[in-house]
Amino acid sequence: MNKEIKIKKHEVAHHFDNSEQEFNSAKLGMWAFLGQEILFFSGLFVAYIIFRMMHPEMFIYASKHLDWKMGALNTVILILSSFTMVMAVRSAQVNKLKQCVNYLIATFSFAGMFMVVKGFEYASKISHGYLPAKFFNAESAHESLHIFFGIYFTMTGLHGLHVLVGMGLIIWLIIKAKKGHFYEDYYTPLEMVGLYWHLVDLIWIFLFPLLYLIG
Amino acid sequence: MGHLENINFFKAAKGFKSWLITVDHKRIGIMYLLFIVAAFTLGGLAAGIMRIELLSPDKVLLTAKQYNQFFTLHGAIMVFLFIIPSIPAALGNFFLPLQIGAKDVAFPKLNLASLYIYVFGALFCVYSMWHGAVDTGWTFYTPYSTTTDTSVISMTLGAFILGFSSILTGMNFIVTVHKMRAPGMTWFRMPLFVWSLYATSILQVLATPVLAITLLLLIVEKTMGIGIFDPAIGGDPVLFQHFFWFYSHPAVYIMILPAMGIMSELFTTFTKKNIFGYKAIAYSSIAIALVSFLVWGHHMFLSGQSDLASTIFSALTFIVAIPSAIKVFNWISTMYKGSIDLKTPFLYGLSFLFLFSVGGFTGIVLGTLSLDVHMHDTYYVVAHFHYVMMGGTVMGFLGGLHYWWPKMFGKMYNEFWAKIACALIFVGFNMVFFTQFILGSKGMPRRYYSYLDQFQPLHQFSTSGTWVMGLGFIIVFIYLINSLFRKEEVSNSPWGGITLEWQTTSPPPVYNFIETPIVDNDPYDFEKVKI
Repeated sequence: MNKEIKIKKHEVAHHFDNSEQEFNSAKLGMWAFLGQEILFFSGLFVAYIIFRMMHPEMFIYASKHLDWKMGALNTVILILSSFTMVMAVRSAQVNKLKQCVNYLIATFSFAGMFMVVKGFEYASKISHGYLPAKFFNAESAHESLHIFFGIYFTMTGLHGLHVLVGMGLIIWLIIKAKKGHFYEDYYTPLEMVGLYWHLVDLIWIFLFPLLYLIG
Repeated sequence: MGHLENINFFKAAKGFKSWLITVDHKRIGIMYLLFIVAAFTLGGLAAGIMRIELLSPDKVLLTAKQYNQFFTLHGAIMVFLFIIPSIPAALGNFFLPLQIGAKDVAFPKLNLASLYIYVFGALFCVYSMWHGAVDTGWTFYTPYSTTTDTSVISMTLGAFILGFSSILTGMNFIVTVHKMRAPGMTWFRMPLFVWSLYATSILQVLATPVLAITLLLLIVEKTMGIGIFDPAIGGDPVLFQHFFWFYSHPAVYIMILPAMGIMSELFTTFTKKNIFGYKAIAYSSIAIALVSFLVWGHHMFLSGQSDLASTIFSALTFIVAIPSAIKVFNWISTMYKGSIDLKTPFLYGLSFLFLFSVGGFTGIVLGTLSLDVHMHDTYYVVAHFHYVMMGGTVMGFLGGLHYWWPKMFGKMYNEFWAKIACALIFVGFNMVFFTQFILGSKGMPRRYYSYLDQFQPLHQFSTSGTWVMGLGFIIVFIYLINSLFRKEEVSNSPWGGITLEWQTTSPPPVYNFIETPIVDNDPYDFEKVKI
């Protein structure tokens, strides 16, 4: 496994004039995609704001049922993974192909750790019956407590789905990077998945205080 | 690949598989066209059956529940499967790259993927038809949609998936317009159809995800009960309406803007005159796109939202009429002293002008708070909506289809029958829907299975109009198919149009132009460009 990875030259797709046009197109397309991602999540944030305004005490009460230490741990994990992602892009830009693969593997591992921590949190909520309305099964001082957990599971669930998609994309990047597809003149997929990954990270950075740190 | 340069894109590759894996925007556009025509037929049949049911206040064909399922089917199919993708995904896909002198859209594979996603989403909608067809209306309002036992989940999941197809097309077009223009094709040398598609794409990318999350939340609400829409568990059904219309109002501009773009093309080519007020039309597309995000509340005047909110939404609704009116005035001015050629595409253009204006003015009526209280949920709304969507978008779509048909297939249809069909559709349309303005203003509520006896003559007249219109569509279908078997080929520019798509062969070669065009003129400069 120690042998050097050989660069595989990238060919510009037939309908582009040059690689610069190709890269810029991909980047603009990705930003448009991130724009729609933000609007997609915005619906959830609006729902959160409205129900928090309707039931302020319930939200404070409910957030005490979440483990802020686990949330904080996950925040740190995701920030680290964003860092390793950036380093993977940087490594490709300076032709350190092996290093690029290693950083990608690190990013993937952080993402996996995030999901494991999330899994423990979910297990604990489920065992206490803190679930959306149809499955809610816990003694509670507030009759609308299930709304908080409905929102909690929808928001973190959709975010978790995005993490899983990101992990799939990172595996694809690892395979391509091992074959030497990314180097100083071509690292478009790395950059694009990187942008996506930072957005996923950013959404969590909003979710964490909104759900865990109220009151 | 040199040998591909002169061969038209139909002949460049053969066989069924070559279509399934193609990344050529022209082939993808034609495949979209097929699906869209199929969806239109299905939605149209559902409407025809509904109208037959309404011949009498008693049962003719359907039970009350089946009637509910038919109008939902008609609405959902026409909105999500036909009208939203109609012009952008079929004609836009084909002509956007041609009009800006590009070889393809920016992401050809993504373009094909969005077609497959469209088909996949359509399968969900078809599935829901078989399994207890939805009876909520295409708006899926809670709390009824969370309690009905019909297959709301598969239908909304279908619309959710179709949304992705729409988002990807929009992304693709935005990047194509920004990055793929031919040398010399500056922003203000782009044909106005491109401007309108650009504005549409912004809406598709920024509004559709809100529908996606709304429908997803509805599905989660129905399966797990999160308690945000369903009042039985503490939710707020009006919140659903806000979410839904935050998308669905901009969505009506996703539907109409591309048709407006086609109008600009028709009004110059068939008057042989430079468009009047190019920049005004271009900017008004963008203005419509932006303001349309801020008017959703006019669907909710009677939902209990505050008077202040209603007043603001009403005022903004009047404002969004201004850019639309700017376009109409500019098209009329373009005709002034032009050499007007009343070919079929332009007949559709003129139909649009009349019908869209009626639709627009009645929209002002509905945007007025005091009037809307009375008109709300009557046939007046139905008529207004169809004057804009069918009188506007479908006429625009038909105009564009007739305008570009010879370019797409290299064959010309029978002009005589085309004019007959256009007249039938125009007359039939007005029979169906003008009658409904009268019905609505007399108080006939929409979505009702039965009605008072006094409404019967008007209902029957409205229904008879659907047969005239249906006959028109059948004729269109026959002569268009027939044209494909004709021997004679058409020239590069049968109408004398001068935008870039008319400067290449009909049908175009695989990469659209044998040499990348270099642009040094305004798009409609008939003085300078001679073909």
